[in-house]
Amino acid sequence: MIQVVCIKQVADTETRVKVGAGGTALDPAGVTWIMNPYDEFAVEQALRIQEKAGSGEVVLVSLGNADAQKTLRNGLAMGADRAIHLKTDAAADPLQVARALAAAIRGLGASIVWFGRQAVDDDAAQVGPMTAELLELPCVTAIAAFELAGETATVERDIEGGREVVEVGLPAAFTTDKGLNEPRFTSLKGIMAAKKKPIVEQPAELGAPGLEVRALELPAARSAGRIVGHGVDAVPELIRVLREEAKVL
Amino acid sequence: MSVLVFAEQRDGRIRSVTQEVLGAATRIAAGFGNEVVAVLPCAADPGAASLGAAGASKVLVVTHEAFAAYDAAGYTRAVLAAVERVKPQVILFPASSLGKDLAPRVAARLQVGLASDCTALAVDGGRLVATRPVYAGKANQKLAFPNSPAIASLRPKLFAPGTTAAAGAVESFAVDFTPAAGRARVVRTAAASGGKVDLTESELIVSGGRGMKGPENFHLIEELAEALGATVGASRAVVDAGWRPHSEQVGQTGKTVSPKLYVAVGISGAIQHLAGMSSSRCIVAINKDPDAPIFKVADYGLVGDAFEVVPALTAAIKKLNAQHV
Ligand SMILES: Cc1cc2nc3c(=O)[nH]c(=O)nc-3n(C[C@H](O)[C@H](O)[C@H](O)COP(=O)(O)OP(=O)(O)OC[C@H]3O[C@@H](n4cnc5c(N)ncnc54)[C@H](O)[C@@H]3O)c2cc1C
Ligand SMILES: Nc1ncnc2c1ncn2[C@@H]1O[C@H](COP(=O)(O)O)[C@@H](O)[C@H]1O
Repeated sequence: MIQVVCIKQVADTETRVKVGAGGTALDPAGVTWIMNPYDEFAVEQALRIQEKAGSGEVVLVSLGNADAQKTLRNGLAMGADRAIHLKTDAAADPLQVARALAAAIRGLGASIVWFGRQAVDDDAAQVGPMTAELLELPCVTAIAAFELAGETATVERDIEGGREVVEVGLPAAFTTDKGLNEPRFTSLKGIMAAKKKPIVEQPAELGAPGLEVRALELPAARSAGRIVGHGVDAVPELIRVLREEAKVL
Repeated sequence: MSVLVFAEQRDGRIRSVTQEVLGAATRIAAGFGNEVVAVLPCAADPGAASLGAAGASKVLVVTHEAFAAYDAAGYTRAVLAAVERVKPQVILFPASSLGKDLAPRVAARLQVGLASDCTALAVDGGRLVATRPVYAGKANQKLAFPNSPAIASLRPKLFAPGTTAAAGAVESFAVDFTPAAGRARVVRTAAASGGKVDLTESELIVSGGRGMKGPENFHLIEELAEALGATVGASRAVVDAGWRPHSEQVGQTGKTVSPKLYVAVGISGAIQHLAGMSSSRCIVAINKDPDAPIFKVADYGLVGDAFEVVPALTAAIKKLNAQHV
């Protein structure tokens, strides 16, 4: 079984955001780049399925600039077999990314296409279901449990106040939520092996944008609050401000 | 020219996010021909007429036996059919778990952009401009739409529900949808323990962190939450430690919440936690470390030992409740 995992290189979650010169994007200076944390769940799940089956192929796809190959190497070091790098220096919106991914994935014969629930830079949570739609594949988003029996997957996803159990026939796409699995750490052996695995470079077929970023702005800082007091003695004052000032009680 | 709203129901009840999205729709509708049309896929009409009072001038009710639970393919069909019929300039969805799943499919089919999980909408020179948090709330993006229709999903609890005196017309709208065999299909829905209000829809939240020392002490958090009528949340540290279920995690890799009141107890205030709760209206922090970063975002801070302060706070609130009865 061929599985495709779409992984994105993103700014580390600890990054202090500075707006770049154009006023519409992050200033990349000094940023540490990592694999999107949700995509680690996707890579891990694909590898587990492959290991259990004892056969198959896990293909990584990432769209981004030349640096994205570091994240692809990382995924190869976890155990994926090969990678496709859709190279572009342009800032792409989710629809453009989905278009380019769909064009690259179509024809690979994948039984499962994996995505993270969302990329922690744009927090869009769009590329998975959009790509699936363009590929005419059924898709279940934000899954926290996965079970495969033959050609049918049974998965679970959190919804407000509960959990949905969803059945879907392969081929299908999934986006992964935290809780699905514990991604493995890369071993030295894995890192060495990854150096020899192929990364094929292809141009990204983005097409026209669906969104126009007018501005990236830092939010108004929450006006610094105040310490109402120390210990149990401050409880009455806390109650008072919540009732009289904040009016939330 | 109009605004189309996806109306969400579950188990025969219209969900309150629907009223919020209709509220946002009516406020921007002046820029788009004033008409707000709702499309409501369901197995049986859950009370579409009530959406008139929330701002819908017309409700298209799409009934199908497959819509007893969420059916991704069928709902996509239903919304696309409504788009064809109404030809809206703007389509709005709630950024609920269902809306987040559905909106990108519709956008992909229409080959237009989607602004997801928006926190504000404006009309500028006849065009929709959406504001949405990125980088886990560390920045905001302002987006315009080069193509029509513009599509946005709206973060729950931030938009005031719509209220008008007008009644909406209800029309049943047939959509041609034949469920395919291998499609994604909800086979079962399990309610979360206790059937409590979900974090993303709570007005009041009390969250506990590693400062609670162990799962055996979370009854203190639960008791405070109960006195307040609040929902319990947690930091990732305690979820990863297995003290609390993942469904309670607030933050970048958990839930994004915007309650009226968020009480953080024994939570340090890591950037990834703040990502999930900094849009709360009022934040209270209880922490024994006066230098904890959570105090930088809290409206009100109380420096102290949770094991002493929380029971005292619970008792004080119970006393207050008793006075009000
Ligand atoms: C990719 C990524 C994603 C992440 N996503 C999330 C997320 O979604 N949500 C999230 O919460 N975290 C997330 N984190 C983790 C985050 O970085 C922090 O590690 C976590 O939030 C810390 O949890 P905590 O505040 O409970 O624990 P700690 O940081 O250990 O803080 C405990 C606090 O309790 C206080 N305390 C101790 N004893 C007492 C007492 N007796 N009374 C009162 N106060 C006391 C301490 O002073 C301290 O401030 C993520 C991290 C990464 C790398
Ligand atoms: N540039 C990209 N390259 C590869 N995969 C991507 C890219 N952008 C997004 N994805 C995938 O889509 C998921 C959701 O991203 P987003 O819709 O941007 O939040 C990510 O977790 C990835 O799996």
